[in-house]
Amino acid sequence: MSTIPSSLPGRRPMQVATAWERLRTNHSWLAAWFMLPAAAFLILFLAYPLFLGVWMSFTDERIGRGGVFVGLENYEWLWGDSVFWLSVFNTLLYTVVASAIKFVVGLYLALLLNRHMPFKAMIRAAVLVPFIVPTVLSAIAFWWIYDAQFSIISWSLTKMGLIHENINFLGDPNMARGSVIFANIWRGVPFVAITLLAGLQTVSPSLYEAATLDGATSWQRFRYITYPLLTPIIAVVMTFSVLFTFTDFQLIWALTRGGPVNSTHLMATLSYQRGILSGRLGEGAAIATAMIPFLCAAIAISWFGMQRRKWQQGSDND
Amino acid sequence: MSDFTPDRRTLLKGSALTLAAAATMSAEQLLGYAKAWAADAPWKPEKGAKINLMRWKRFVEAEDVAFMKIVDAFQKATGCTITVSNESYDDIQPKASVAANTGQGLDMVWGLYSLPHLLGNKVTDMADVANYLGGKYGGWTKSAEDYCKVGNKWVGVPIATSGALFNYRIAACEKAGFKEFPKDTAGMLEMFKGLQKNGTPGGMALGHASGDANTWMYWALWTFGGNMVDEKDKVVINSPETAASLEYIKQLYATFIPGTVSWNDSSNNKAFLAGQLYCTINGISIYVAAKKENPAIAEDMNHAYLPIGPYGKPTEMHLAYPMLIFNFTKYPQACKAFTAFMLEAPQFDPWIEAAQGYLSHFLNAYDKNPIWTADPKTTPYRDVAKRARTPAGLGKLGENAAAAIADFILVDMFANYCTGREDLKGSIAGAERQLKRIYRS
Repeated sequence: MSTIPSSLPGRRPMQVATAWERLRTNHSWLAAWFMLPAAAFLILFLAYPLFLGVWMSFTDERIGRGGVFVGLENYEWLWGDSVFWLSVFNTLLYTVVASAIKFVVGLYLALLLNRHMPFKAMIRAAVLVPFIVPTVLSAIAFWWIYDAQFSIISWSLTKMGLIHENINFLGDPNMARGSVIFANIWRGVPFVAITLLAGLQTVSPSLYEAATLDGATSWQRFRYITYPLLTPIIAVVMTFSVLFTFTDFQLIWALTRGGPVNSTHLMATLSYQRGILSGRLGEGAAIATAMIPFLCAAIAISWFGMQRRKWQQGSDND
Repeated sequence: MSDFTPDRRTLLKGSALTLAAAATMSAEQLLGYAKAWAADAPWKPEKGAKINLMRWKRFVEAEDVAFMKIVDAFQKATGCTITVSNESYDDIQPKASVAANTGQGLDMVWGLYSLPHLLGNKVTDMADVANYLGGKYGGWTKSAEDYCKVGNKWVGVPIATSGALFNYRIAACEKAGFKEFPKDTAGMLEMFKGLQKNGTPGGMALGHASGDANTWMYWALWTFGGNMVDEKDKVVINSPETAASLEYIKQLYATFIPGTVSWNDSSNNKAFLAGQLYCTINGISIYVAAKKENPAIAEDMNHAYLPIGPYGKPTEMHLAYPMLIFNFTKYPQACKAFTAFMLEAPQFDPWIEAAQGYLSHFLNAYDKNPIWTADPKTTPYRDVAKRARTPAGLGKLGENAAAAIADFILVDMFANYCTGREDLKGSIAGAERQLKRIYRS
């Protein structure tokens, strides 16, 4: 574009390209024009609400009326609020335990499903069921399973004579935590399993053949072929899994509402309880905003730790 | 409806009240009445008014049918269109708030508790409707004014309230030594101890159950003279009375059926109907369901007011359902006319009968409705509006009181102490800290 003769004197004005014309025809800008609709969409529906939420967390806005800027007041309050810290602890515990187990079980399931077996397609489809069922429905099913009086588990164990009083699934803090984590795992495993299965199927069988000829054990084949080739998929699927688990809401809300005595309150549910139900949007937004650093850290770990392996650029994985 | 109509006939046999006569009105008569009413009413609906009304989702079908009949008659008589949407309890407030914030979508909301106060500056003053109805129907109960009156303004009109009273099994309580349901808190504790000893335990929700847990925890605090805030909305929860109440509830909790900390609003209904729970605080829903599905339990159960503690006066809290009109509606007259129409005897009497005791009135004249005397087991629910306080207690009902109840501050305080998560001081201090934040000026 160095030939644009705009600086030459004596030309007719028609040929003087205005900035607008130059922008309109410039090829580098063309790309920008094409991206504009998508960018507008993202800004309008993702960036704007996000920034609005962050802004709200610096105000004392309540439902039904605007707020004034109060600086870090909401955060200072939360800093000294034991229920908030309990929810942070619960969220981290919930995410770490549930994600780790989902990964192990999901990978195991994926390896199993990758084998040749009868009714392969049907079994693979069946594995997806917990993922397909709407969360609220499965939550209600679990709610019955965990019911203080009518739990099927308590009932069966009592009939078998193994216990004499009902198990207090959701009434004891640690039991409740374990119960909601189990429900989350049940729901989340299929996503991990099926995605990893898709990854497994892209691994070329010739690699396994070569390894077998070299006398590799099945552990070695997994460790030195499957696992490295699966890493990018693992990074993606675990990022998503961690994000979904960290921001889980429906399951907790349907099962415990954060109880007993707040011991299963996650940051998302606490944010909803305080922001929407209790009407204090500013404080609710502050709790939600406080989730962002954790989420960024989770993304950073998986992307910088696993995604940027050298082998992805074609060199050795050392 | 099919199993209800004969009931109503038997109700009517014994009563020659003019009020009850209205209940027999056919659809045509109702329409005729509605037309005549519309002609005389002080509110003239805007021409072609289209009202979007959101209401709480019914728990008795008959009530909803009766409500839609009222809507239908009003539509035919005035030419307005009313679109009714039903939302579950938890969704009412967020949706109403969105409408309030955006200024569109809904014209009126039939919500819960303090909703009109939560949307304070977005609602229309309904003093004209309230005064008209109060004048015609024997005045409003004090709790009605507490709920909706601010100065001389009415931010909403309380349509009805659903009482939370004791539901108990007669035989089990007699066996525990109480021929009559205890009237004071000491007797109540004795009875619960007896119930537990006999293997027929009682129990109330201590989980995040918006209805069941809040109603009885507020009562528990008040009946010992404790309060969250005083008349000037100053936080006064840290008091010996609160401590006494906590100690009492902890003793009571020790007698409960296991698992009440995880209970939600439906848990006690299920356990009672399954014959595992013998005494609880609830609406009339257990009794209504028992009559249908388990007559033996219905026969053996009864209702009682909540006992009175050291404070010496009734301090119950019941779920109220106020109707509010947004100030951005294009049809305020139509909305007001509908509210008034609904509370007129020819509409309200059959409607409250259809609700089978779930809902009680705030207008004194409706004490005479035969539903409250036809079955003596429903009679206690007649008086709930007279024995009720609002969630604000002594303070001003508004967004602060609404925030405190939605955040389960009292429930968590009691649950913290009962389950031993916190000691007495710690649980009170936790609640105090949160209340001070909510009530900060």
